[in-house]
Amino acid sequence: MRRMIPFLLYLLVCIATVAGAQAGVFNAYVQLIIMYVGINIILSTSLNLINGYMGEFSVGHAGFMAVGAYITSILNVWLFTDSSVFGPSLLDPSSALYLFPVTLLAGGFGAALVGLLVAIPSFRTRGDYLAIITLAVNYIVKSSIENIQVIGGARGFMGMRNVVNSMKEVVDVPWVLIWILVFTGFTVWVLQRLVTSTYGKGIVAIRDDEIASEIMSVDTRHMKVVAFMLSSGLAGVAGGLFAHILGYINPGTFTIMKSTEILVMVYLGGMGSLSGSVLSAIGFTVILELFRPLQMAKWVVIPLLLILLMLFRPEGIMGHRELTDVFPWLRRFLAPQERRS
Amino acid sequence: MSLLEIREVTHYFGGLRALYNLNLTLEGGELLGLIGPNGAGKTTVFNLVSGFYTPTEGEILFLGEGLAGLRPHQVTARGMARTFQNIRLWNSLTVLENLCLSQHYQLGYGLLGAVLRTRSYHENERRIRKTAQQLLEILGLSHYADELPKNLPYGMQRRVEIGRALSLHPKLLLLDEPAAGMNPSEVDQLIDLVRWIRDEFNLTIWLIEHQMRVVMNLCEIIKVLDFGETIAEGSPAEVQQNSRVVQAYLGDEEVAYA
Repeated sequence: MRRMIPFLLYLLVCIATVAGAQAGVFNAYVQLIIMYVGINIILSTSLNLINGYMGEFSVGHAGFMAVGAYITSILNVWLFTDSSVFGPSLLDPSSALYLFPVTLLAGGFGAALVGLLVAIPSFRTRGDYLAIITLAVNYIVKSSIENIQVIGGARGFMGMRNVVNSMKEVVDVPWVLIWILVFTGFTVWVLQRLVTSTYGKGIVAIRDDEIASEIMSVDTRHMKVVAFMLSSGLAGVAGGLFAHILGYINPGTFTIMKSTEILVMVYLGGMGSLSGSVLSAIGFTVILELFRPLQMAKWVVIPLLLILLMLFRPEGIMGHRELTDVFPWLRRFLAPQERRS
Repeated sequence: MSLLEIREVTHYFGGLRALYNLNLTLEGGELLGLIGPNGAGKTTVFNLVSGFYTPTEGEILFLGEGLAGLRPHQVTARGMARTFQNIRLWNSLTVLENLCLSQHYQLGYGLLGAVLRTRSYHENERRIRKTAQQLLEILGLSHYADELPKNLPYGMQRRVEIGRALSLHPKLLLLDEPAAGMNPSEVDQLIDLVRWIRDEFNLTIWLIEHQMRVVMNLCEIIKVLDFGETIAEGSPAEVQQNSRVVQAYLGDEEVAYA
């Protein structure tokens, strides 16, 4: 029963959030921020798997997000709406209600396949060289999308609003918010269970000593493929959700700037700490909103934040510790069967 | 079928010949020592045998099967474990986790099992943990179980590394300079430990060592390398008498007195 406590707590938070949105306690702007928080949690925790737990340096996370965003959006617009690009809807628009998570996972799967573009080179190279490869993949994705005119090229792709509306016509609740909450919980759940299992610690082993891991029976190639595909797949899911918040995406959103933003969240929260990434995603998103009047000065503030962080607390707020390590009493509620020294 | 067979192995690093025409057969149950001056190619032999390098020429058979094309973790899974000259434990994981993680090749569950926490996950984790705890206990490391390896005294780290190798249930154990950096009392304990492990686990042990006290005390057969070539092989007494060995270690008489 106790093992259900984290799940029940999260369920309570979700119900409160959705009820608040429904009752009008949270206005559209607050809802928007909550949705960005959820997406940033997915992005930062999934990137932490690579940069924190596996110790590689990926700077192209936004590229995978773009793949997921486009695949999910195209599928949804094609299947559920009458659009000028794909013609009349293929399926009944109301079926979007239950097929939405399927298209989201399809987007995630597409992004995971693109993740192989990084995973396979990682067999032979690592560190700075692999970082450059992730950067290249980010650009390949962005420029490819810009050059496919059918899906709008550099002008972007829209029509996802109709998908959301057709879901709302069936049952009028904030569907995008709900799915973001569901997949945020799903992401943290999957990652937490992965990294605390002996299987998943094979990823940490690669960070500590790749050669010793391989010789000590860890199939490092397998673990790298799992880590990169899972991480990029989750980023793809985040992208798919992101595309449905405003109903419009363009390749310019998914540049190295976006990747940097995610990196800042990971480093702010702490390498190899899921709770750190969650906390920093929340904090970072809220702070950014507070800085919104500063406009582009945000790109002075974020890098400055990074400089200060690297100088004074290079390991991040949590740095290889979880919330349960900092506040052991939390363990009674959050992880009754886990034990760490 | 012999346990390990090295047939005419020669290995080059670019233009440098690290190993020349090495032949070796282990039938099983031996305690073999490999010695030689610095740079003689000893660690290269271990790296070849554990599948980390592929020999330029010749072949290596483990349990009658060629190692060519196998990746190190596959070689390990066939029953070969090793320790490293400079201790290479996973330092962000506890001692217990180190001994669990080295059983990665026989986890019995995968990604789905880990995420869904299936019955098989729990059973296998329990089995792995039990094996690790038993090993820690017989090696006298139980009270270090939840420590990080880097916080342990040097001799204990070596012991943990041997424990980690044993958790792989090996048939052949390769020890790369197990006594390096140890003080005399730690060396004595190590000698007892290695001998005890061999009998207890019924292992074949092959060790590289610089400290003659360890080699002469422990090993039944000693192979001496110099510049990648075998210059002597035999019992400790025979090797000690061998003039080429003395020459390799101390230099020529004339040079020595010059």
